[in-house]
Amino acid sequence: MAARVGKRVVTFLLVLGGLWALWEGYKWLWERTAWSKPFRVDDLTLPHAHAILLQLGESTSTGDDLWLFLIRAALFTAKSAAVGFAFGAVVGFFLGVVLVQFDVLRRGIMPYVVASQTIPILALAPIVVRGLGSVSIGGSPPPDWVRVSVIASYLTFFPVTVNTIRGLRSADPWALELMHSYAARGWTVLWKLRVPSALPYIFTALKIAATASVVGAIIGEQTASISNGLGGAILNFNQYYVLEPKNLWATNFYAALLGIGFFLVVLLAEKVVVHRAPERLV
Amino acid sequence: MSVSTSVVSINGLSKVFGKGGVTALQGIDLEVERGEFVSLIGPSGCGKSTLLRIVGDIIAPTEGEVAVNGKPARKARLDRDYGIVFQAPVLYDWRTVAKNIALPLEMLGWNRAKRAARVRDMVELVELGGFEKHHPWQLSGGMQQRVSIARALSFSPALLLMDEPFGALDEMTRERLNLELLRIWAETGSTVIFVTHSISEAVFLSTRVVVMSPRPGRVASIVPVDLPQPRTAATREQPRFFELVTRVRESLHAVGADEVEETLATEDELA
Ligand SMILES: Nc1ncnc2c1ncn2[C@@H]1O[C@H](COP(=O)(O)OP(=O)(O)OP(=O)(O)O)[C@@H](O)[C@H]1O
Ligand SMILES: [Mg+2]
Repeated sequence: MAARVGKRVVTFLLVLGGLWALWEGYKWLWERTAWSKPFRVDDLTLPHAHAILLQLGESTSTGDDLWLFLIRAALFTAKSAAVGFAFGAVVGFFLGVVLVQFDVLRRGIMPYVVASQTIPILALAPIVVRGLGSVSIGGSPPPDWVRVSVIASYLTFFPVTVNTIRGLRSADPWALELMHSYAARGWTVLWKLRVPSALPYIFTALKIAATASVVGAIIGEQTASISNGLGGAILNFNQYYVLEPKNLWATNFYAALLGIGFFLVVLLAEKVVVHRAPERLV
Repeated sequence: MSVSTSVVSINGLSKVFGKGGVTALQGIDLEVERGEFVSLIGPSGCGKSTLLRIVGDIIAPTEGEVAVNGKPARKARLDRDYGIVFQAPVLYDWRTVAKNIALPLEMLGWNRAKRAARVRDMVELVELGGFEKHHPWQLSGGMQQRVSIARALSFSPALLLMDEPFGALDEMTRERLNLELLRIWAETGSTVIFVTHSISEAVFLSTRVVVMSPRPGRVASIVPVDLPQPRTAATREQPRFFELVTRVRESLHAVGADEVEETLATEDELA
């Protein structure tokens, strides 16, 4: 056990070192030869990796150090993304279940579900955020992060619905006959056979959705001009990029780490929930 | 023959798949008495699985009637009168051995304690003690099929329908499970309809062997097996066993079964 963990840590460090070497090697080579394709490389377009790390210790205009400022922003975004992810996953799952159970509904509704995903999120987000801003729940409009989470859930539900439908259909025909031989009712078959059969598919969707929800939350924040999260930080640091490029790079790393964190949480949940032969995990 | 002693009563049964399509079964009549062990044997595609699935009300016949325990097949299915075992174990990967066996009991609404007690008995019956918490993929093929048999027997159905349950297993495992199945059959007093491709398996297990002919599927002949009970490994060495194997084989040749099943060669050498 300890040996396996040790091996993992070594692999992780090796990959990290490799990435760092690639980064710095690229920078060095392009600077040395002054290649301008695809873009000229200097400290402005591609800062040193360690310089970005060191930048985390610098203080920002808010008074906090950059690392703390970004953690606060990441937590804000994480909250909207997590709520959006959970909401989207639940809606997506139930939509999938309903659409599989009632074939007529599926043929009628599925085209709109697909169409919903062809609307650019950049066009939809401002409408949703503004629209929800004028809605009154208990006397006041929903807080910013709730509106952002709606955008996140919009990106989450679709893969979950598609894979839930596919997964519910993946039940073994013999297993279905077995259920029939027990005179099992539709809901029993759904709960005891179809949903467990669908779980590996659903988790595949949740992994996609986990990272998508972070992206959705960031875009939601930007289109709604909400400045507390990573989306706001990206816009802000982008504006002052020429003065301090490392701030934006650092923010991007935080966004990436947040996405990876979400992914890992889903992966962990899958390990706990899905009991399947290792090679049969989708 | 009085209807009351028949567990399965099949009258004038026909099955046509699709409109004017394949006639899988035609004019099947068969009575299976309580406590019998009846094997269905015949060339591939002669409708053995189809017949079994009609008895289990998994598919409907085109013509004719099937009564199980004196009721229409559908009623018998709703009353959970039979347990079924397929060629593959069809276990649920996400359930442990114990939970797989308990599946039909959950559907019957048994409470937890009652289920646990029955699962314990079943695990003992199929000799899988110590594997209750294992998942199916952690078991060998033979062990998986034993779980599948335990599951079919767990709610004590009067009738056991088995479609080539040992078809995918090696000869050694198959013979061991044959003995185990006979022991279970004797202990539980159930009635079995058993589909197989193996002549020796059919003769060894059965009280009667039903030989079916293909295109369309019919009952060609019925061979009563008068080998003494209980059957043991020594049964396979009795002259009577070989006589019956020969009789079933000749019936199969008579219906034009060209496919020679795998165990035949060795039996010829022995005979
Ligand atoms: N669902 C179906 N639709 C159409 N034809 C079918 C269907 N199921 C079976 N058949 C046909 O019915 C005939 C009998 O099939 P069945 O599966 O009962 O044969 P079998 O005796 O069990 O064969 P095997 O020994 O290979 O398992 C075959 O010709 C097959 O093609
Ligand atoms: Mg068959």
